[in-house]
Amino acid sequence: MAVGRRDIVFLGVVLAGAVTLSASALGPVMRKPPRPDDKRPPQTDIETVVGAVDAAFRETWEANGFTPAARAPDMAIFRRLDLALKGSIPSLEEIRRFDKQPPDTRLRQRLDQLLADRRSADYLAERFARAYVGTEDGPFLRFRRRRFVAWLSDAIHANRPYGAIVHDLIADDGLWTDHPATNFITVTYDEATELPNPERLGARTARAFLGVRLDCAQCHDHPFQSWKQNDFRGLAAFFGATRSNFHGTSDQDNLYHPLDRKTLAAVDIKPKVPFREELLPSEGSPRARLAAWVVDPGNRDFSRAAVNRVWALVTGRPLVAPIDDLRAADADHPALDILADDFAAHGHDLHRLIRVVASTQTFQLDSEGDDTTSEAREEAWASFPMTRLRPEQVAASLFQQASTEALDSQAHWLFRLVRSTGVNDFVRRYGDVGEDEFDARSGTIPQRLLLMNGKVARERIDPGFFVSSSRIALLAPADREAVETAYLAVITRRPSSDESSHFAAKLAGSSGGERRQRLTDLFWTLINSSEFSWNH
Amino acid sequence: MLLSNHRPPVLDRRSFLAAAGVCWLTPLATALARQAERAPGQARSVILIWLDGGPSQLETFDPHPGTKIGGSTKGIATKIKGVQLAAGFAQLADQMDSVSLIRSMVSKEGDHERGTYLMKTGYRPDPTVEHPSIGAICCHELPGGGADIPRHISILTARWPSRGGFLGGEYDAFQIDDPKGELPDVSTSVASARALARASDLEIVERAFARGRSNRVRATLHQETLARARVMMSSEQLKAFDVTREPRAVLDSYGDTAFGRGCLAARRLVEVGVRCVEVVLTGWDSHVNNHEVHKTRLKELDPGLSALLRDLKERKQLDQTIVICCGEFGRTPKINLAGGRDHWPTGFSLALAGGGIRGGLALGETDPEGVKNPTRPTPIEDVHATVLTALGLDPAKENVAPATGRPIKLSQGKPIHELLS
Repeated sequence: MAVGRRDIVFLGVVLAGAVTLSASALGPVMRKPPRPDDKRPPQTDIETVVGAVDAAFRETWEANGFTPAARAPDMAIFRRLDLALKGSIPSLEEIRRFDKQPPDTRLRQRLDQLLADRRSADYLAERFARAYVGTEDGPFLRFRRRRFVAWLSDAIHANRPYGAIVHDLIADDGLWTDHPATNFITVTYDEATELPNPERLGARTARAFLGVRLDCAQCHDHPFQSWKQNDFRGLAAFFGATRSNFHGTSDQDNLYHPLDRKTLAAVDIKPKVPFREELLPSEGSPRARLAAWVVDPGNRDFSRAAVNRVWALVTGRPLVAPIDDLRAADADHPALDILADDFAAHGHDLHRLIRVVASTQTFQLDSEGDDTTSEAREEAWASFPMTRLRPEQVAASLFQQASTEALDSQAHWLFRLVRSTGVNDFVRRYGDVGEDEFDARSGTIPQRLLLMNGKVARERIDPGFFVSSSRIALLAPADREAVETAYLAVITRRPSSDESSHFAAKLAGSSGGERRQRLTDLFWTLINSSEFSWNH
Repeated sequence: MLLSNHRPPVLDRRSFLAAAGVCWLTPLATALARQAERAPGQARSVILIWLDGGPSQLETFDPHPGTKIGGSTKGIATKIKGVQLAAGFAQLADQMDSVSLIRSMVSKEGDHERGTYLMKTGYRPDPTVEHPSIGAICCHELPGGGADIPRHISILTARWPSRGGFLGGEYDAFQIDDPKGELPDVSTSVASARALARASDLEIVERAFARGRSNRVRATLHQETLARARVMMSSEQLKAFDVTREPRAVLDSYGDTAFGRGCLAARRLVEVGVRCVEVVLTGWDSHVNNHEVHKTRLKELDPGLSALLRDLKERKQLDQTIVICCGEFGRTPKINLAGGRDHWPTGFSLALAGGGIRGGLALGETDPEGVKNPTRPTPIEDVHATVLTALGLDPAKENVAPATGRPIKLSQGKPIHELLS
């Protein structure tokens, strides 16, 4: 016992040392502050900001008379983390390892592993890319979505400051192949004008980076917000000089001359930011000026939008909705500013932000909800929100449960699975939710049919040498043990005693092919449960 | 009203629970729905023949033989005096008394995806809201129709199938491939006793999960969706998908192609109460070798579309079924160096038939020189408004998009009166 504890202490010391070392060794490279802001205030400890966020939530709960849910079981939080960051449930192998680790540090360790894991960077890049370039294929030859996502993934993996990433998206010059950030520009290339579309770029910049919808002011002044058509056009004008040809993206002379609404005469529009004009540099190319303004640490809309998006990626639901129109939201949340200020104060450090969100009490609450108050409680985050998993998360989880080991961590499942038409087909038929991905919807009938009867699902549970249902039949001779292993592999929890008795009785006395078949039935049951298809 | 608020999603799911069966009916609701069905003779279904890639108006519904822009394409006479079709439409020429053409379609979208969105939804792409396609609108606005299979179906789905948009994923088109033989995913691979045992085992797992969060698990509608999927799996109506049940001669009349079978399946599906079927014929993006491309495409389109119209008429179904045939835009009057035609959203054609819509008309004219704008420019919104009116719906009716709370009309167009009189 004493040895065991000392081992743990030793391990802790080693780990802490390693973290410090790697932080100091890699610090200067990885933590290089974003281009525009060199003067960062001193680091506040992550516990401080987590404490402040927790206090903000507690206040809103108390004000509304909600008692927050209890803390979720570690295993449930583990599943959430894996789904949020690498887009799949954990493997049986990872669950077993997690199980053996000291309870007070294992979640933090898992978070460290996930943030260092290439699969997480790949998955998060894909999710961010939706907001930046949408899901469409874009103009042929001029837009390389895969290159773009790979570039984004590298940046996220290296923990490049988010401000620097966005700066590149807006202001980078060059060819879309060796300067992949410029795909942000080229995706809007318009065949008719042979130019990137300034209005789509302006609107995209506002929505994706600032959480502001200016689009409604494209044709007229906004009816119930303060946006004027000039705000929209002023932002678009920063892209008025942008060209994309086969020499790449660059700035030349301004060609953006929208028509006056009344006279229909072409008007000259000067680049203009819709707010915080004092942060706009006076020197530089139009895009470089805009980029510097957008990512300025003093531009709170930028950090609020980033934090809200990361919050949504980690928890499944934005803290303030709609995610791309924060100023118009029905209700703000006090935690958003706390997180945003911390994010800006720490050089737009994405990994730190993810750590902070995942360490909050709110992220770790149970998803329980009683019969009378659950809706309002869920809205107030007094229990963890239940959200439908994305098609890729379901596909990846379906593949993961079938394999007892962690799927190849060298290449993300997204990339590996691209090779398999079966999976592409699965995702397509399951139904991609498109760009508007935090718009929760209930499941659909094609989704249920796919998981009940589809070929991809069948191949992942039917008896076969490499399929975990059969391996468990072989490797877990005791009935209850086999049931428990199946539950862990598919829904990342242990069965209740009722469940254990029920399914153990079904396995009792079986062997060989019959046992494999009964385990297939159990796996079928588990992958068709709501628990499997939802985040909770 | 369904989805009429912009409350968070939980409420939406809740209201869907109340409205379960809007898009998918259980047999129990069938009788009721049949009663609520429209009066005989009024349009109740839509078949969209979608020509993915953007067909050339000049090689289909609007030939200009003998002109510079017309190239080598010949025109053929049709049942309607003075209305010519491009050569290759021999069968359709005989059906033209039921078909009206709009030869002056105009839009501002020359990109495939954006054009598709506009044509299918009647709205230009707008990043702040996803509009429902016309099929989804029909399912949302019209009574059930008695189908326990999906009421919105896309056959040979191409790149951008019709979606439910802000009305919800429930209204997305159910996608199927070549309808020969059995539909995938609708039959279990295990014996019925085993399937039953699996279903009852599932209740054990669901019960354990719902403990302490019953309300929230209910709000996922997982159980209802599963139940409706099961209803579909055991429905007799599934047979409507399987065109191999038709006599050989009928199959042959549609042309022995996937597209022909799709048209035949569409007819069988609207017969059992499906609201909207989209049948896709791809391959119209003729930047190179335009005339050859269209010749081969018409060999599939002409028999499929013509047999569909003929068959619907013979079965007295045409009056209740609106058939629309178009793609995302037309093609340039100018023939490019590769013998192709490029994207052209200003002055292209669309064909409409059935559902009480007047046949035999050709509205609007394009410039034989290919320079001037067409006379009587018609936006797709007006076609949507016409179709909705023929279905007995008010195009000006508004649904509220969740999230933004913005009221959005079924269509922002005006019905085309010549087609409705």
